[in-house]
Amino acid sequence: MIWAAVLIGSLGCYLEKLFGFILPPSLLDRPMIRSVAALLPIAMLSALVAVQTFGAGQSLVIDARLAGVAVAVVALLLRAPFLAVVLAAAITAALLRATGLAA
Amino acid sequence: MTPLPRGSKRPITTSAIGIGLATGAYGLSFGAISVASGLTAIQTQTLSLLMFTGASQFALVGVLGAGGGAIAAVLTAWLLGARNGLYALHIAPTLNLRGLRKPVAAQLTIDESTAMSIAQEPNVDRSRHAFWATGISVYVLWNIGTLLGALGASAIGDPATLGLDAAIPAGFLALLWPRLRDRAAWAIAAGGATIALVLTPLTRSGVPVLASALIAVIAGYRLRDRS
Repeated sequence: MIWAAVLIGSLGCYLEKLFGFILPPSLLDRPMIRSVAALLPIAMLSALVAVQTFGAGQSLVIDARLAGVAVAVVALLLRAPFLAVVLAAAITAALLRATGLAA
Repeated sequence: MTPLPRGSKRPITTSAIGIGLATGAYGLSFGAISVASGLTAIQTQTLSLLMFTGASQFALVGVLGAGGGAIAAVLTAWLLGARNGLYALHIAPTLNLRGLRKPVAAQLTIDESTAMSIAQEPNVDRSRHAFWATGISVYVLWNIGTLLGALGASAIGDPATLGLDAAIPAGFLALLWPRLRDRAAWAIAAGGATIALVLTPLTRSGVPVLASALIAVIAGYRLRDRS
């Protein structure tokens, strides 16, 4: 199941790249397609942030992850590099759990 | 056109390696997060070798890890990867490739290589060099980073104790951040997050994130004549 997702997902992502090289530009170069493709990452990454911060199966919970994400926001405002942002979030959540301050 | 002296390409190569190193650090966190989400190190490495587009890879493992199932995971990765096709469309005339170089260049067509290539336009020679140097540098270092991150995470214990479950949304946020350039982007981001949270208790896992794509379609339709 995971292997299927890995391989089929990869194939599709590769074909998307290849189509841009081999399909006639008139087919893809439309304002609507251009605009939607540029906006999809904004809507979906934001949805992923929300779901991965609050989601636990089908319920919404507030736990140590929220504190981790809050610290990540501060790190991003301070222009920290990607790895530092991710590490700051992980360490925050780990510390809150280790000290029993959050679940 | 006349070829440029070699010296004028060196700064491009240096930047390409710098971008590769920074991306290698992303790769490190991708490797760790993917293993923490339940993929094996080999599955994780396969994604970096074959899929090779960061946001889609993070999304695929994020949705799988949250129990969203393979179909939602694959669709989410595809939707996020659609922009690469438009990058390819934009740079294809500059690269002007024939034969086997075309499928190779396709795999290297990502945010970083496209941005670096466009930054050198309209100088065709430099623009091509920037694409290949950045694409190859990021490909190699992203994969090395993935390997180290995956092996590191395989060696350690429970992801929640280490806060890796908080690293996942932080990673998505760091990918989102540079795209929040104007009011419209913030509105679309708010809409995507709201749809996803409202649907979380109502639908099976994986659907909320897919549904957020509707916001992009509606906004894309309304903003289609801008830019």
